[in-house]
Amino acid sequence: MAIESEVKLRDFWVSPFGQRCRIALAEKGVEYEYQEENLSAKSELLLKSNPIHKKIPVLLHGGKPVCESLIILRYIDEVWPGKSSFLPSDPNARAHALFWADYVDRKVYECGTRLWKMSGEALDAAKKEFVEILKTLEAELGDKKYFTGGDVFGLVDIALAPFTSWFYTYEAYSGVRMEEESPKLVKWAERCKERESVAKTLPDPMKVYEFAGSLKKRFGGK
Amino acid sequence: MLLREAATGRGGRGEERPTLKYIGSANSDDLRISKNCFSLNVSLKFSEQSLKLVGFSGSPYVARARVALNLKQIDYEFVVEEFGKKSQLLIQSNPVYKKVPVLIHRGNPISESLVILHYIDEVWAAAGPPILPADPYDRATARFWAAYIDDKLPSQSSVLFIDQADEAVKEEAKIKLVRVLEPLEEVFKKCSGRNRFFGGDTIGYIDIALGSYLGWIKALEIIAGIKLLDEAEIPRLVEWADCFCSSDAVKGVIDVTEMVEFIKLTRSLIQGAANSPSN
Repeated sequence: MAIESEVKLRDFWVSPFGQRCRIALAEKGVEYEYQEENLSAKSELLLKSNPIHKKIPVLLHGGKPVCESLIILRYIDEVWPGKSSFLPSDPNARAHALFWADYVDRKVYECGTRLWKMSGEALDAAKKEFVEILKTLEAELGDKKYFTGGDVFGLVDIALAPFTSWFYTYEAYSGVRMEEESPKLVKWAERCKERESVAKTLPDPMKVYEFAGSLKKRFGGK
Repeated sequence: MLLREAATGRGGRGEERPTLKYIGSANSDDLRISKNCFSLNVSLKFSEQSLKLVGFSGSPYVARARVALNLKQIDYEFVVEEFGKKSQLLIQSNPVYKKVPVLIHRGNPISESLVILHYIDEVWAAAGPPILPADPYDRATARFWAAYIDDKLPSQSSVLFIDQADEAVKEEAKIKLVRVLEPLEEVFKKCSGRNRFFGGDTIGYIDIALGSYLGWIKALEIIAGIKLLDEAEIPRLVEWADCFCSSDAVKGVIDVTEMVEFIKLTRSLIQGAANSPSN
């Protein structure tokens, strides 16, 4: 049907950035066509719709591409406001949420990736940094149900939720104990998984672990 | 009246260290000094109770906030951080990064320059022209290019010493910059028509995001004696840069002469020099 194909998402199954978009679209109840990209042989459509970075995810709405996952999330929120927004209405609270979404974006993926790629001193450094990130997020979450505030499963939560399926991988490779370092964050992760949008989107943590392992072998890690 | 003084302060080891304190255009009555920072009341059209911007003039990210506040003609107190030090106010209001700029509105701190732009645009929507476009797709496009600019433009501190490099290195720096800016030249051609700015008739989000780096770029051109913004390669952007820098909201925020001195100061701090840098 024309309406269903009006929204397309070019993505890769294990990408946390793509998963953010899938969760967001599910939260808003937007029908879309999921298109799996072969990252070792990128499609014409991807290269044309994201010529600058040539990366997924790319949201195509009426043929027009939107790139960069946090930008896609804000776009989805603005085009399909629906019952609830991903951001609070108060400008100060919005700025706060944007700050923390940006923090998650900057810190979690890059440091988390080093936890399973690195070894020796580099791994020790990554572990130390990651624990600090966990503690910072733990302090920000506090006793709230979700990061964005109140009952709202919002931008910060959607930005961070996909990384919960990487927790097992991070622990297995680095020895970081998530439960010890950030118990509230672990409980928050469980609450997120109870949401249909998250449960249907996130892969089995074991599959993520196997994926990381295969990449590590391919690119010569220990 | 431009107030600028080079004062000599004592460094941590009792060495005399020059500090450049840019104050700006003001009356001395508007100046208050406290530990590691001093503040200046910047009077514009709308008086806003309790609005402070913590920063220093050499930062392109602080420049973004200042241009946005100027566009909306909002009064604010510019709390100038002493270069090379972090005040208690900064540490308390941005404990995560301890970096400028921080906008403090009614006691609430907001950090990250692009977040600050969104905040200013929302809170003072009626006070001046919009910074972000209204259409969600155009907003996504503007955000994309701002993210691109922040990803590609900041470079290694070695660029500060570009005048000491050989011609081949200088040429490479120029080529690299042009390559980064080429997509923006295309975007500008497509979106602006005959308008002066990315935002159309008035300065918008992409203009501020990119324009904030012009102080550094133009100062490095003077220091290195080469033209980094090449008219042959990026003619529309060169024209745009002149429009941006000469617009009312930007004048006084981006001062190339002052930026040259700021870069020299940064270099001397990097090199750990004890004396004032020589011209």
